[in-house]
Amino acid sequence: MSAVAQGAPQTKPPKLRKSLNAGQGRLGLLLVVPTLVFLTVIIIYPLVWAIVLSFQKDAGLDKATGLFVEGGSAGFSNYTHWLLQRCGETSCPPGTLGSQFYSAFWVTIFFTVVSVTIEIILGMWFAIIMNKDFKGRALVRAAILIPWAIPTAVTAKLFYFILAYDGIANHLLGLVGIDPLLWTSDPWPAKFAIIIADVWKTTPFMALLILAGLQLIPSDVYEASQIDGASRWQTFTKITLPLVKVPLMVAVLFRTLDVLRIYDLPAILTGGAGGTTSLSMLVIKQIRAGFHSAAALSTIVFIIIAIVAWLFIQFGGAEVIQRPPGSKKKGKGDDDTTQATTAAAMVSNTSMGGGGA
Amino acid sequence: MALYSKRRTLTLLAGAATLSLMAAACSSGSNSSSSDTSADNSRGPITYVQGKDNSDILAPTVAAWNKAHPNEKVTAKEQSDQADQQHDDLVQNFQAKSDAYDVVSVDVVWTAEFAAKGWLTPLKGDMALDTTGYLPATVKAATYNNTLFAAPVSSDGGILYYRKDLVPTPPTTIDDMWKDCAIAKKNNMDCYAGQFAKYEGLTVNATEWMNTFGGKVVDDSGKPVVDSPESLKGLTALVDGFKQGYIPKQALTYQEEQGRQSFEAGKLLFLRNWPYVYNLALTDASSKVKTKFAVAPLPGATAGNPGTSSLGGHSAAISAYSKHKATALDFLKFLTSEEQQKFNMEKGSLAPTRESLYSDASLVKTYPYLPTLLKSIQSAVPRPVTPFYPAVTTAIQDNSYAAISLATAPDQALKNMQAALTAAISGS
Amino acid sequence: MSATTAPTSSAPAAETTGQEIHHDRNRWGQIRLYVGLAVIVVWGLAPAYWMVVTAFRDVGYTFDTSPWPTHVTLDNFRTAFDTSRGNHFGAALWHSIVIGIVTTAVAMLVGVFAAYAMSRLNFPGKFIILGVILGSSMFPGVALVTPLFQLFSNLGWLQGVNYQALIIPYISFALPLTIYTLTAFLAEMPWELEESARIDGCTPGQAFRKIMLPLAAPGLFTTAILVFIASWNEFLLASQFSTKYTQTVTVAIASFTGAQPHQEPYTAIMAAGTIVTVPLIIMVLVFQRWIVSGLTAGGVKG
Repeated sequence: MSAVAQGAPQTKPPKLRKSLNAGQGRLGLLLVVPTLVFLTVIIIYPLVWAIVLSFQKDAGLDKATGLFVEGGSAGFSNYTHWLLQRCGETSCPPGTLGSQFYSAFWVTIFFTVVSVTIEIILGMWFAIIMNKDFKGRALVRAAILIPWAIPTAVTAKLFYFILAYDGIANHLLGLVGIDPLLWTSDPWPAKFAIIIADVWKTTPFMALLILAGLQLIPSDVYEASQIDGASRWQTFTKITLPLVKVPLMVAVLFRTLDVLRIYDLPAILTGGAGGTTSLSMLVIKQIRAGFHSAAALSTIVFIIIAIVAWLFIQFGGAEVIQRPPGSKKKGKGDDDTTQATTAAAMVSNTSMGGGGA
Repeated sequence: MALYSKRRTLTLLAGAATLSLMAAACSSGSNSSSSDTSADNSRGPITYVQGKDNSDILAPTVAAWNKAHPNEKVTAKEQSDQADQQHDDLVQNFQAKSDAYDVVSVDVVWTAEFAAKGWLTPLKGDMALDTTGYLPATVKAATYNNTLFAAPVSSDGGILYYRKDLVPTPPTTIDDMWKDCAIAKKNNMDCYAGQFAKYEGLTVNATEWMNTFGGKVVDDSGKPVVDSPESLKGLTALVDGFKQGYIPKQALTYQEEQGRQSFEAGKLLFLRNWPYVYNLALTDASSKVKTKFAVAPLPGATAGNPGTSSLGGHSAAISAYSKHKATALDFLKFLTSEEQQKFNMEKGSLAPTRESLYSDASLVKTYPYLPTLLKSIQSAVPRPVTPFYPAVTTAIQDNSYAAISLATAPDQALKNMQAALTAAISGS
Repeated sequence: MSATTAPTSSAPAAETTGQEIHHDRNRWGQIRLYVGLAVIVVWGLAPAYWMVVTAFRDVGYTFDTSPWPTHVTLDNFRTAFDTSRGNHFGAALWHSIVIGIVTTAVAMLVGVFAAYAMSRLNFPGKFIILGVILGSSMFPGVALVTPLFQLFSNLGWLQGVNYQALIIPYISFALPLTIYTLTAFLAEMPWELEESARIDGCTPGQAFRKIMLPLAAPGLFTTAILVFIASWNEFLLASQFSTKYTQTVTVAIASFTGAQPHQEPYTAIMAAGTIVTVPLIIMVLVFQRWIVSGLTAGGVKG
C-alpha cells in the first residue's frame, strides 16, 4: 500500500507530475497558512512580546504624591531578581515571591521526577496486566479512562476533599493505625498529595500508551523466549522493554513537559502550602504583583522547559521531531508507533497549553 | 482550470474561516473610548458596579434610589463572585479611562492601589463625605495618604465562638483561654482554632495576634514596623498555642470552613471566625452545638482590653473618570446611609459601618451577635493600607506560616517579615 | 505446547483455559491477573465513586465516612444550579459548551487542511513548519499568560463577553494535537483510492472531499472529541482570562461559594464535579474503542 501512497515526489517523478508538484507546493503552503497564523498570533508573538516587557521596570511609587509612576528601562534587573535573588539592593528576604524562585524550581523538578517515575512503573504494570487475555476488557478499559476524563480542576477539588483532615483518606489511615496527616499543609504530605492526584489522573493514559506498544509485539516472540527458558524478568528486560522503548520515551517526554508546567493541582489542592508552589503558580502570583517581573519569570520558565525538551530529544531517544508523520517512511511499525504515541501523548494530560496535571 | 479553482475554494474557505473568527473576536471587545473628565460636578445617570450580589440587595437598593431620582438613574452592574475577576474588571476599566463605571465597590484592601494609580476621586473639598458616626477602623481602611478615597459600606470582624455549656464565662485574655484548654482536654476536644492555612485568612489572623499585643505591621506613613517587641509577643503567643497543643496541628489546614465544621461537630471549644458562622451553627442539620454556643469578643493580651480584630468589608468609591460625580457622591451617601445599611444587615447579614446600628433593637433581636461584633470592630485595625497589598500579604502569610508551622523561630520570622515588607513596599 | 504449560504467567491466558485449569501455577497466574485487574478497576473508579457518593450526601453529613451512600439527597444538585448564592454553574456549563464547540470546529477545519498538506503534499519548509507545530505543543501555557494578559488587557478583552480571549488561545493550543492526530489518521488511509479517483478525473479537492473525507470520518470524530475534552478541561487560561460572562465550568467549580462569603459547600462542589464529568465519561464509554485504538491506530495496525 505504502508504495503508491507515500511514493510521490522522491521516486523520480515523471514529467507530467512535475508541474503538478509546483502547484502541490503552493497548495501545501496555503493549507498550512491558517495554522501558522494562529500559532504566530498566540504563541510566537506573545513570546517575543514577553521578552520585550521583561526589560522594563514595574511601576514604582512617587514618595511625595503617593502615586504610581512608570518604571522605565530595567536592563537585566528583572532577571537578576529571580535568578540571583536580588530585591533592590539586598537579596530577597523570605516572604517575597522572588525568594520562592528556587524552591518553586526544585519542587517542580521533584514533582516531575517522582510523578513520571511512578507513572512509568505503574503504567508498565497496568499495561502488562491489560495485555493479557481476560473477560471484561471493555470494562477495565472504561474504568481506566475515567481518571483521564475528569477535568484536572475537578480532580484537584476531589482530592482536596478526600485528603481533608476529616476526610476519607485520613479515616482509612486511621483504620490501620496511622495518625491523620495534614495533606494540604505539612511539607511532605502536601507534596505527595499533589503527586498522588497527578499519578492517579495520568497513570491510566501512560498505561494505554504502553499497552499500544505491547500489542505490537507478536506473541510468538514471547513463546520463543519461553521455550528458551527465559525468566519473567529476562523476558521483560530483554524483549518487552526494548520493544516499547520508543513509544515509552515519547510518552515520558510529553508527561515530563506536562509536569514541569503543573498549575491546576497545586493551585487548587494546596494553594502552594507546604512548599508546593510550582513555577507556573509563581508566575500567576507575580502577574498582579508586578507585570514586567512576571514577564521575565515566564521567559525563564520557557527557557527551562525548552532546555529539558532539547535534552530529551538529544539524549533520551525521544525522536519526535526527526520523524515527521506521513513523510519519508522507511520501516513502518516503529515510526507509526512513535507518531501515534506522540499524538496520544499530547492529550495524555487532558488540558492544553500546559498547566493541566 | 477546474483543478485550480477547487483548490482556491478550499484555501479561501480556510482563510475566510480564520478571518471571520478574528473579526468577530475583535468586534465584541468592548472598549469605551471617551475620556472626557473635565465636567466634574455635573449630574446625570450613573452606573454602579459591585461584586456578586448574593442576597438580593442590589436590585431593591437601586430601585429605591431611582424612584427618588428619576433624572439621575443608577444602572447596577454585578461582577463575578471572584475577587480576582472583580479586581481585573475594575483595573481594565480604569486603564481604558472609561466612564462606563461611575461608582465602584472595592474590597478594603484594594483602595490604596486604586488611589495610588489615580483612578479614584478623592473625597475632599466639594466632594467631601461626612464620616461622623462611622466606625473609625472602617474609615481608616478607606484612607490613603491622609485622604479619604471611599465610603465604607459594609464591615466584618472576627469574634470568638465558644461552648457556653462547657465554659460558662468566656475568657477575656489569651492566658485565660489557654487555661480553659484543660476543659477541652477533659472532653477530648481541640481547644482553639482560627484560620491558619496559608492564604489571606492567615494574614488576617496573624495580624490580629500581633495587633492584640500592641504590635503593628506598618505605621501610619506606611513604613513597615513589624519587627517590634510587641509584635514578637503576639506571634510568640500564637506559636506557643501550637507548641502546647492548645491549637491543634490540623488548624494549619484550616480556612474558615474547616474550623466551622469542627466547631459544629462539637470537636472544638473555641473558634475565631466571622459572623457568618453564627446562623449556620444554629441551623445546620448536622450542627451538634445548636444550643450550646455563644459569642464573645476576641480574647486580649491583658484583662480589660479585648483582642484586636482585623477588618473585612467593602467600600464604595467614585471613578476618577466619572462624568457625573455630583450624582455619584449623592449615591455614595445614599448607599452608606443608616436606612440602607440597616436594610443590608436585615437582608444580607452585611455588617454595618455605622456604630448606631449595632444597638438597633430589631437588628440585635435577629442577630444577637451584633453587640459582640461591635466590640470587635471598634477596636479593629485595618490590614495594611498599601498599594502593594498582594506583595504585603504574601510577606505576612509566608513568614507567619513559617513561624506557626514551627519551621522558623518567631523572632527570625518577624525579621524576615520586616525585610520582605520593606522589599514589597519599595516595589521590587 | 503441553510441555511448556505456562511456565510464566505471561503466557496468554486463552491458551491455558480448558483442561489445564487445575495446574497450580496456572491458577496462581490467574489469581494474580485478576488481582491486578481489580487494582486497576479500583484505581480508576474509587475516587470517582467517592465524588458521586458525596454528591448525593446531605451537606450536614459532608464528612461522613461510611463507604456506601448515606443521607441520600438531590439537594446538592439543586444547590449547584442555584444562582441565588452567586454561583452561575448552569451558565458556566453553557459557556464551556460554546467555547468547546467553536474551538473544536475551527481547530478541526484549520487542522484538517494542515494535516492533509503534511501527509499528502510536498512543499518547501514542510519540516520546519512541522517542527514549529510540534514545538508549540510542548510550549508551557504559563509562559503565554503574562504577555497575553497584557495584550488582551490592552484590547479590552478581559471584561464583558470575551469568548474570543479563550477561544483563540484554545484553538492555537489544540492545533498541534489536531494536526498530529489527523496526520496519523490520514497517513493510514488507503490513498490509492484517491489516486484512482484522480485518474478518473477528480481534482485533488474533489477526491479528498468525496472519497477520502468519509473514510476519514472516524479519525476526524475521535480527534474532535479529544479537542473538545481538552477545551472543556482547561483551567489555567480560563482562570485568568474568563469573566463573569464567560466563566467556564472548571473555574466555576474551583471557586464555588456558599450562601455566605466564606462558605465552601463540598457536597455541592462534588455534585457540580459529577455533572461536569458525566458527559465526558459517557463520551469515553461510548467511544472508548475509537479513542484508544484511534489514538494508537498506527501502532496497532502496523
